[in-house]
Amino acid sequence: MSNTDSWTVAGRTFTSRLIVGTGKYKDFEQNAAALVASGAEIITVAVRRVNVSDPKAPMLTDFIDPKKYTYLPNTAGCFTAEDAIRTLRLAREAGGWDLVKLEVLGEAKTLYPDMRETLRATETLAKEGFLPMVYCVDDPIAAKQLEEAGAVAVMPLGAPIGSGLGIQNRVTIRLIVEGANVPVLVDAGVGTASDAAVGMELGCDGILMNTAIAEAKDPVRMARAMRLAVEGGREAYLAGRMGRRMYADPSSPLAGLI
Amino acid sequence: MTQTITRALITLTLNGEPHRIADGSSVADLVRDIGLDPKKVAVERNLEIVPRSTLADVMLADGDNLEIVHFVGGG
Repeated sequence: MSNTDSWTVAGRTFTSRLIVGTGKYKDFEQNAAALVASGAEIITVAVRRVNVSDPKAPMLTDFIDPKKYTYLPNTAGCFTAEDAIRTLRLAREAGGWDLVKLEVLGEAKTLYPDMRETLRATETLAKEGFLPMVYCVDDPIAAKQLEEAGAVAVMPLGAPIGSGLGIQNRVTIRLIVEGANVPVLVDAGVGTASDAAVGMELGCDGILMNTAIAEAKDPVRMARAMRLAVEGGREAYLAGRMGRRMYADPSSPLAGLI
Repeated sequence: MTQTITRALITLTLNGEPHRIADGSSVADLVRDIGLDPKKVAVERNLEIVPRSTLADVMLADGDNLEIVHFVGGG
């Protein structure tokens, strides 16, 4: 077994294949503790207005050191390419980071991505020197188009954001993995550890999640479970699973039966 | 006798709310006035990013629309 498994996105190499969000936690302390337990090296963050009336309120950066972790600014809540691009320009100014997570949403009910706007934003961001990791539908053709437009990673949903329903279409995730020349990460939909393992067993380069950890009864423990599931799923993928049979096949030899 | 210099006030829209500040203030003055660390925020003025290195050079005008953002938890 190799202990040096790693993956590379846009020339940057990471050993953890788990990316975690930083939303929905009880407080910053719990968030930071879950992050440590997850072993993640990359965290997603949102860009929002400063509360002008309470400028001394604690900030995320006070609890999670941007020098120690890779901040991946996202465009959560953006419904047009323009809004997403504007948000990421501000994020680049605030943090100096060009590796970003693009998501352009189509509707509030499903938070499904608007692929037309997503594709348009990807093209513009790539031209402006950004390195967009792109949240998308689990469609192998859309994934290829995003790659052509300049996505440095494609991140299909496993199920709607925050739903915890698990990976709904293993076939399309596998097809995306087979066709991609950039890293593929399942982004959204993971509910529990086995869901993360499934994604990794399909050959994904990593898993991005937020709610599955933050809304667990014990987020720190679930963060650890997710770390182990991602590692386990990766090892199983590399090991190569057995073939499926329609019927039983005994594990003990038939010869020498009394 | 002390001479007090009273500068006129201008009104900005700051993060969607009206905000008054002395005429002749720069974006850096505004950030400092509110009590924010300029290293932790990004500023947009009238839909254009104000690079951190130029915050002190960009003067505010009446009616300017300012957005000051930072990073918060998110997925």
